[in-house]
Amino acid sequence: MGGMAAPQVAPVETPDTDEVPASDRQWVTIVWDDPVNLMTYVTWVFQKLFGYSRERAEQLMLDVHHKGRAVVSTGARERMEHDASQLHAYGLWATVDRS
Amino acid sequence: MSMFRRQAGRYVATFAVDEVRVLRKVASEVVGLLTDGFDHTDPVVGRLFPAVYPQDAPGTAEFRRYTEGDLKTAKIDQAGAILAALPDDAGGEVRLDAEAAEAWLRALNDARLAMGVRLEIKDGTDLGEELDDAVADDPGSSRVFQLSVYAYLGYLQESLLNALID
Repeated sequence: MGGMAAPQVAPVETPDTDEVPASDRQWVTIVWDDPVNLMTYVTWVFQKLFGYSRERAEQLMLDVHHKGRAVVSTGARERMEHDASQLHAYGLWATVDRS
Repeated sequence: MSMFRRQAGRYVATFAVDEVRVLRKVASEVVGLLTDGFDHTDPVVGRLFPAVYPQDAPGTAEFRRYTEGDLKTAKIDQAGAILAALPDDAGGEVRLDAEAAEAWLRALNDARLAMGVRLEIKDGTDLGEELDDAVADDPGSSRVFQLSVYAYLGYLQESLLNALID
């Protein structure tokens, strides 16, 4: 999803997932496509909230746009709920689910 | 139509009186929606406060118990940032620092989300076509006005975002 071939096996990770026990690493935050949010705005929000590079944020935005949804963060449930509420503050349509 | 530009670390736009009135109206409507009879069955409220667990109503209710108050306050505050920066019922210049500019971005987005639900904007909706159809039906209709405002807010949001990113 990040575009570049990364050496690690784990997919999208928030910066502090190393501190999270593997047993807790089973939840995801999903952003869904909606017809109103501007593509540039969604990219900007991903960069702003998650510190993603522009390329990665853009790729995620395109995934949301073309596939209807994309996993934007992975980790413990509380952390994902925090991410979702932040995304709601920016008006993105975010849900939390088991990975 | 006005556009934001970056000027000495500020985000600046000059608004005509009609634009000031429209912005004041939409920001006030968002505040009203969040304060008077806040109702989750209203599709606009449903969009601004999405169910975090679509298949799990108790889980969603629990999440809302902890987060909704703060989220509502944040949304009221960001709409308030628009109201606070507008000139009083006259045209004039708006100058935003980075924090206010971000509040404006989020508030403009909330207003567009609310209007998008009411106007039934779908993926692939062509705004120009919608507007042409609405004008053909009745040029003086509320739908013509709402669609124009919706298009205007998108344009303004994009110009502010571009000024922030540049």
